[in-house]
Amino acid sequence: MTEVTLVQAVSMALARAMEEDENVVLLGEDVGVNGGVFRATKGLQKKFGSERVIDTPLAEAAIAGVAVGMAAQGLRPVAEFQFMGFSYPGLDQIICHASRLRNRTRGRLSCPIVYRAPYGGGIHGPEHHSESTEALYAHIPGLRVVIPSSPVRAYGLLLAAIRDPDPVIFLEPKRIYRAVKQDVEDDGEALPLDLCFTLRDGDDVTLVTWGAAVKETLAAAETLDSRYDIDAAVIDVATLTPLDMDTILASVEKTGRCVIVHEAPSTGGFGAEIAARLAERGLLSLLSPIERVTGYDVVPPGARTEHRYLINEDRIIAAARRAVFFPEAPTEQDHTMEDA
Amino acid sequence: MADEKIPYTQYLQADGSVVGNLPEFAEDQELVLALYRHMNRARRFDTKAVAMQRTGRLPTFPPALGQEAFHVGFASAMSADDILFPTYRDGPAQMVRGVQLEELLLFTAGDERGSDFQVPRCDFPQAIPIATQTAHAVGAAYAMKLRGEKSVAVTTIGDGGSSKGDFYEAMNFAGVWQAPVIFLINNNGWAISTPRDRQSAAPTLAQKGDAVGVPGQQVDGNDVLAVYHVVSEAIAAARSGKGPALIEALTHRLTDHSTADDASRYRDADLLSEQWKEEPMIRLRTYLSNQGWWGKEDEESMLTELDQEIERAVENFEASDAPEAAAMFDYMYAELPADLMAQRAEVIAAHGHEGDGS
Repeated sequence: MTEVTLVQAVSMALARAMEEDENVVLLGEDVGVNGGVFRATKGLQKKFGSERVIDTPLAEAAIAGVAVGMAAQGLRPVAEFQFMGFSYPGLDQIICHASRLRNRTRGRLSCPIVYRAPYGGGIHGPEHHSESTEALYAHIPGLRVVIPSSPVRAYGLLLAAIRDPDPVIFLEPKRIYRAVKQDVEDDGEALPLDLCFTLRDGDDVTLVTWGAAVKETLAAAETLDSRYDIDAAVIDVATLTPLDMDTILASVEKTGRCVIVHEAPSTGGFGAEIAARLAERGLLSLLSPIERVTGYDVVPPGARTEHRYLINEDRIIAAARRAVFFPEAPTEQDHTMEDA
Repeated sequence: MADEKIPYTQYLQADGSVVGNLPEFAEDQELVLALYRHMNRARRFDTKAVAMQRTGRLPTFPPALGQEAFHVGFASAMSADDILFPTYRDGPAQMVRGVQLEELLLFTAGDERGSDFQVPRCDFPQAIPIATQTAHAVGAAYAMKLRGEKSVAVTTIGDGGSSKGDFYEAMNFAGVWQAPVIFLINNNGWAISTPRDRQSAAPTLAQKGDAVGVPGQQVDGNDVLAVYHVVSEAIAAARSGKGPALIEALTHRLTDHSTADDASRYRDADLLSEQWKEEPMIRLRTYLSNQGWWGKEDEESMLTELDQEIERAVENFEASDAPEAAAMFDYMYAELPADLMAQRAEVIAAHGHEGDGS
């Protein structure tokens, strides 16, 4: 066992995948000599050579596009967009080709590609460096959208993504790249790509989240328990598409309440899809309206005000308490534990 | 059109007379007759497909009328193990590569099975978004080079496609990687209604390779001997590790952009009649008959055979059932995710398992 950060777990999984399959190649801007701007590919070019860890010219559309040709020719490219906000030139290739080559050739050609990108805000980045536009990708049939939120899940899910025979958008929450360390065993064991992770069981309210917001959601669940005696379940969706709705429904059946937490803007966010499915399949379990704690429908603000935009623990706690005390409005006095 | 720094190759002039020294293969009767047959097969099929569209038997079809020398010339220069990344106007090239007429009809009709062609298994299906396929060719070429294979990727775009950044980015990658890929521009003078001179101020499109270190040249795209020659040489060079090449073929689009277009709205009729004088088939037939290789009887029996083959393909295509409705789910992923099973079941409940035969 080694104690590693999320970004180190990404490196570990990449190295493992490259060792076990010579068809795995990495490509992107600055991924080779420099080891990536976040060091996610550190040391890999030295280990596997510049033909398998490829520093490309600066052109995201071509990075996305050459990966399609490589994959159809039997390689398993892992292409990096340096930041999610710079993945958009690649959308044409991902939507028009990577996601549908298998379908349009009836399985004759396919695209086992992983498109990696650091995503989300909170690192005081310049404009375009804080995007959470996972819903754009989740809307595209033929893709998988995977977002790890811990070192263990980063390792296991990235291995699964690389081994998967179809294209995967792998979004790495860079705000928590180095937030925690976990023991990660480099045993080559992948995690399933089609199951949500229940991080905490609970009877009173289900908190559904992914990405960096998992950190604040777990903290909120602790506070809800210790301060308000509210027992919150926490589900890390992690594999947004295809969605494992059953795990979420089973929890909401038990709790009757759901708070969906994501950093991305509210309108058309992936939380809306989960809320719609809860309404379709879980309406009679619900004891209160579904709450969403999300980014606002604005351009992610610059570094000086982004802390006003990002999800915080207080917003999650307030939403969970509204849900629990619906139709009454919660008050601090009513719900503070005697010893708090 | 030619630029003094950009090489231009032509052997057969419009009247069938020869300029310069013909390459050796021009004496290979079997080869040249095969080129001629492929060109005729392409044109007969093209004519049939347009007729079918006009009578409601096919949806929109992009004819290749007048560009047969380009398609047949470059596709004949490829080896079976090379890989083609075509556009929607490259049906005639796919036919040379071994794609069946029935498969092309299926594709045109909107049946995905048409791109699951039995030969050649590694060629890409026709790309309809403009210029995106050029990057696929570079990626495939990289993979083949990495494995030490000697195959070459060949990709095509139109004069309009050469304006897209995708084309520039792909060539730039190919140059840096010295990838074995040939970029072919079918400059037929039109991007739907936009003429070549509104597409780029560059005197030639071939010189666009200069910016990225990829050698460019022009060829008379109405001269199948010239196209075959320059593409063969470029492929041989790429195969031997000399990197990518760009070839701009000057052709004429002798009909509409597609069956949904009416070029008479924007193209001068006199220009079209001038361009018909340069079309590629007559000059090759003149060359063949001057060589004593081809006569009226050969022509008639060839056309009869080709028409029979085309009729058989049309019959088979029209007798085929549409795919099962549920098949729309079955190739989205290697394995159908649980999340999609309910939707698939809904389609089966609504439409059954069988194709509807239409």
